[in-house]
Amino acid sequence: MSTEKPKVAFYWCASCGGCEEAVIDLAEDILKVVEAVDIVFWPVALDFKKKDVEAMKDGSIAVSFINGAVRLSEQEEMVKLLRQKSGLVVAFGSCSHLGGIPGLGNFWNKETIFRRAYLTTPSTDNPDGTVPLEKTEVDGKELTLPRFYDTVYTLDQVIDVDYYLPGCAPPPDLIMNALQAILEGKLPPKGAVLSPNKSLCDDCKRNESKPEKLTIKEIKRPWEVELDPEKCFLAQGVICMGPATRTGCGERCIEANMPCRGCFGPTDQVIDQGAKFLSSLASILDTDDEKEIEKIVDTIVDPAGTFYRFSLPSSIFRRRRMEDIK
Amino acid sequence: MANEAFEPKLVGFLCNWCSYTGADLAGTARMTYAPNIRIIRVMCSGRVDPQFVLKAFIEGADGVLISGCHPGDCHYQEGNYNALRRHRLLSKMLEQFGIERERFRLEWVSAAEGVKFQQICDEFTEQIKKLGPLNLNGGKDEHREA
Repeated sequence: MSTEKPKVAFYWCASCGGCEEAVIDLAEDILKVVEAVDIVFWPVALDFKKKDVEAMKDGSIAVSFINGAVRLSEQEEMVKLLRQKSGLVVAFGSCSHLGGIPGLGNFWNKETIFRRAYLTTPSTDNPDGTVPLEKTEVDGKELTLPRFYDTVYTLDQVIDVDYYLPGCAPPPDLIMNALQAILEGKLPPKGAVLSPNKSLCDDCKRNESKPEKLTIKEIKRPWEVELDPEKCFLAQGVICMGPATRTGCGERCIEANMPCRGCFGPTDQVIDQGAKFLSSLASILDTDDEKEIEKIVDTIVDPAGTFYRFSLPSSIFRRRRMEDIK
Repeated sequence: MANEAFEPKLVGFLCNWCSYTGADLAGTARMTYAPNIRIIRVMCSGRVDPQFVLKAFIEGADGVLISGCHPGDCHYQEGNYNALRRHRLLSKMLEQFGIERERFRLEWVSAAEGVKFQQICDEFTEQIKKLGPLNLNGGKDEHREA
């Protein structure tokens, strides 16, 4: 056998498939990737099974890219297996990095999510009230499903993670940079987020349009205003997570005239992206009057869901208080 | 769940210039008040990062107090107004996490108001005793840990 190419695995947990799409979005560059590495496991595209991974030697996969949050026992089992078989594990995309959109499930628990999804949505047609069970008897045989957890977890709350590729989904240039760094062995210290450690505002083209002293008198939602494509969103009264979000995304949303929603998570200096954004937003509200402040705060419809849109499981609280959920 | 034996853990962030001095006055004047509060001195109520408040709650506080100079009296001109704005927004957000508004309090206490500080500590302790323990970390993921 000639010199072996490094082995790479891709896996998905609680995610939408957008991260798989991001790999495809490498376009012609994917040919360079395939030339440099052997993809040994990738459920969305290749027909390898769990038993194939189990048969591999521990640590024999050079790097596993794992996207999606962890909310099922099956996902926990698979990522633990991949951790054992891999030299490096990269949390790929917002969901495995921070919890992502599925992480908003942490405002609920298993019971309330099942009730809503299988019984009470207007489009549900389920007269027998059937909900998924972990074990079912069919023709004398037992069928099983993975266990559904009360809480959504980030990848690093379940296994040891070496690096993080942020974004919903990570942009192609960051993916290629990461692959190159891994292949050339030029990696930053363990635990690094593979994107520049400064805020989005630092790179934002609209930064120059920001007034000397930024203040907001009224919070508006994006659909309530005709957005000026040149002007800072916050100066237009629209919530933009830029000040509390890491840069490196290429400002795709800003260029489409939509404010930042925070998918890259915070910079290294910040633990809790939502709390930090709350802090910066509150300090630019343009009034000292108690009643006025309360009036503006009332116009922020869903602060927790907005400030933690992508980062709830990685936040200080991680989830809503369990005994508050009925 | 009111519980006679329950002694709330309270964390108080007090500004150096007014409220901490007010608390000190309560001490030097030998006023007695509920011993439940753990005081952390900060330079200004506007220095209290919302992350500090979340951290206090997750590490076992049943209530958090921020206390600063009266409006108009801030040593740094407007730090206490920032505290006020953050308090209102954070209170609303804490409710979404299932934390009652009464557990997170903002008060203005001047350096002369030892009595007011005494009253706040007694009242806050009583109020949280009625609300019961926050038990933020007690909500186990039954389905993962089963």
